[in-house]
Amino acid sequence: MSNPVRALVVAETSDGQPIPLVWEMLGLARRWADETGGAVHACVLGDGLDAAAVALAARGADRVHRIASPSLSPYQADAWLPDVCAVARAVGPAAVMIGHTPQGADLAPRIAFRLDAGIATACNRASWTAGRLEVTRPCYGGKAEETVSFRTATAVVTVKAKCFAPAPAQAARHGDVVAVPTVLDAASVRTRVRGSRRDASAGANLESANIVVAGGGGMKGPDGFGMLERLAVALGGAVGASRVACDLGWCPPGRQVGLSGKTVAPELYLAVGISGAGQHMAGCVNSKTIVAINTDAAAPIFRYARYGVVADCHALVPALIEVLESKAR
Amino acid sequence: MKIVVCVKEIPDPDIAASVFQVDEAARAVVPVPGLRSVASPFDEQAIEVALRLRDQLGSAAISLVTLGDETAKAIVKNGLALGADDAYLLVDEAFDGGDATTTARALAAAIRKIGGVDLVLTGRQAADDDAGIVGCGIAEILGVPAVTFAMDVAVDGGALVVERSLGDGSETVEAPLPALVTVSHEVGKVRPASLRETMKAARQPLTVGTAADLELTAGDVGAAGARRTLERLAVPKNDVRCEFLAGESPEALAATLIERLSAARIL
Ligand SMILES: Cc1cc2nc3c(=O)[nH]c(=O)nc-3n(C[C@H](O)[C@H](O)[C@H](O)COP(=O)(O)OP(=O)(O)OC[C@H]3O[C@@H](n4cnc5c(N)ncnc54)[C@H](O)[C@@H]3O)c2cc1C
Repeated sequence: MSNPVRALVVAETSDGQPIPLVWEMLGLARRWADETGGAVHACVLGDGLDAAAVALAARGADRVHRIASPSLSPYQADAWLPDVCAVARAVGPAAVMIGHTPQGADLAPRIAFRLDAGIATACNRASWTAGRLEVTRPCYGGKAEETVSFRTATAVVTVKAKCFAPAPAQAARHGDVVAVPTVLDAASVRTRVRGSRRDASAGANLESANIVVAGGGGMKGPDGFGMLERLAVALGGAVGASRVACDLGWCPPGRQVGLSGKTVAPELYLAVGISGAGQHMAGCVNSKTIVAINTDAAAPIFRYARYGVVADCHALVPALIEVLESKAR
Repeated sequence: MKIVVCVKEIPDPDIAASVFQVDEAARAVVPVPGLRSVASPFDEQAIEVALRLRDQLGSAAISLVTLGDETAKAIVKNGLALGADDAYLLVDEAFDGGDATTTARALAAAIRKIGGVDLVLTGRQAADDDAGIVGCGIAEILGVPAVTFAMDVAVDGGALVVERSLGDGSETVEAPLPALVTVSHEVGKVRPASLRETMKAARQPLTVGTAADLELTAGDVGAAGARRTLERLAVPKNDVRCEFLAGESPEALAATLIERLSAARIL
């Protein structure tokens, strides 16, 4: 690593504050900037967002580009593209960093094509080798990982959650917050959001929980998830699920962990009746400790688990609840 | 209504990890015995969305486009058996060593060449690269709006109405046609092909195209046009050793597990 690395972090917000993944990207960008004498830029788009801009500076952004306009909220790719591209062109970063979330995965490819930049999505490691950015990302449903470099001066990368240490908040740290006027021409927004539904019960607490109890095909039905819910309460954790369980309607889709669901990395991930397919593990391999309960001793999940119990979960989970509840009494 | 569905041939994503292998020197997946080639599942669901739209509208012309090897013919034939009207196979050594950028360029050029396309459907990502770049890339090149992660697609008075998945819910987005939509697994089950259609599809000719047919130059596609370089491909290392807990009864196993987790300060 030699040349000063300039990075631009595109901040996604929720309820007026950057989402936790933004701190992880700032942590990574800050480290690059400190090691090379580079700089960290961040941009935040939406309505208002003064507090978010200040928070971005406190977590390591040297310069925050705040683009405030009611037409930028709620997020729509068509609305955000002109402004994000304008900031990227002005900053000329080596990396445009975007969180790998439903929003970021929707935005990033379009930014890359507009900037004619190379792109890699869902990156979980990144390094500079001989002045060149190399990112590593899972592929083949988590059964392989690839490392890629870029042939363009700017690369667009989406960053997977829970893979990088978050930048700490330093209340005394002040970056430059600049109010950038939007360049958006409302006529260029071709899409229109008619309405949205937030599934409140769907597992909003899943990504922040210290303990996740996840169920799969072995739960056999919604009743199995009722049982898991009780275990989660006894452990003080949240309930997650495999795609099979969500597809069958045993629990809401917001609980799905994996490649096409959420990424979690709790202290304890208790996988109950889950086979351990690569696409599922892609969402939980970074958990501190994985415990698996499965009737099949040869299930791939045991290759990831620190502790394994070969048992029928319909007998074991009630027994676990009993042990925990009697301890609490 | 003219619909194009982009389909990719990939190694079966359900292959067991214990069998899956990569050749690190060649930076490629090893075609181990028993590893089937299939259509990427999200792409099959994109075909299903096209068929549902045809059901809804009464009529629609559905074309399939794939960029790949000659072997992709089988995947395309299966799409024809499901009810697609025709298919285009883009095969050319010039495409070798490409990336998402060059793939999007070739597919966009094919869609332009087909002409008069109202709706392009792709999967939300291909289940081999797991990247999700090509769909939006095609839309950017064609200059049409893109709506990603569709769980339901309908046409209402000439406009597209898409229910898109947001993880913790969904939103309804309206877009004018022509447009591109990437399809997510929430659209659900795909219909099976009928025997009669399968027989018919087997005899149906495919249109095969090269980079030159699409008026793409050598610098646009393949390794020369790529924006990224694949440095390494590997199977991730996994050094967790599982301790299997022993116990005579569920109660004993449960007690042992809680004890272990407490001792390790996890609980
Ligand atoms: C492109 C793509 C994306 C995908 N994305 C995701 C994703 O985001 N998340 C995800 O989870 N999957 C995803 N999948 C699906 C994934 O490949 C697997 O099919 C899925 O994870 C399997 O779920 P499962 O292990 O719960 O179910 P199954 O494969 O049905 O396994 C059930 C397990 O439960 C065990 N079992 C059965 N009965 C009992 C019992 N009584 N007690 C204890 N154990 C029991 C069985 O031994 C088995 O191991 C994706 C697939 C593709 C192709």
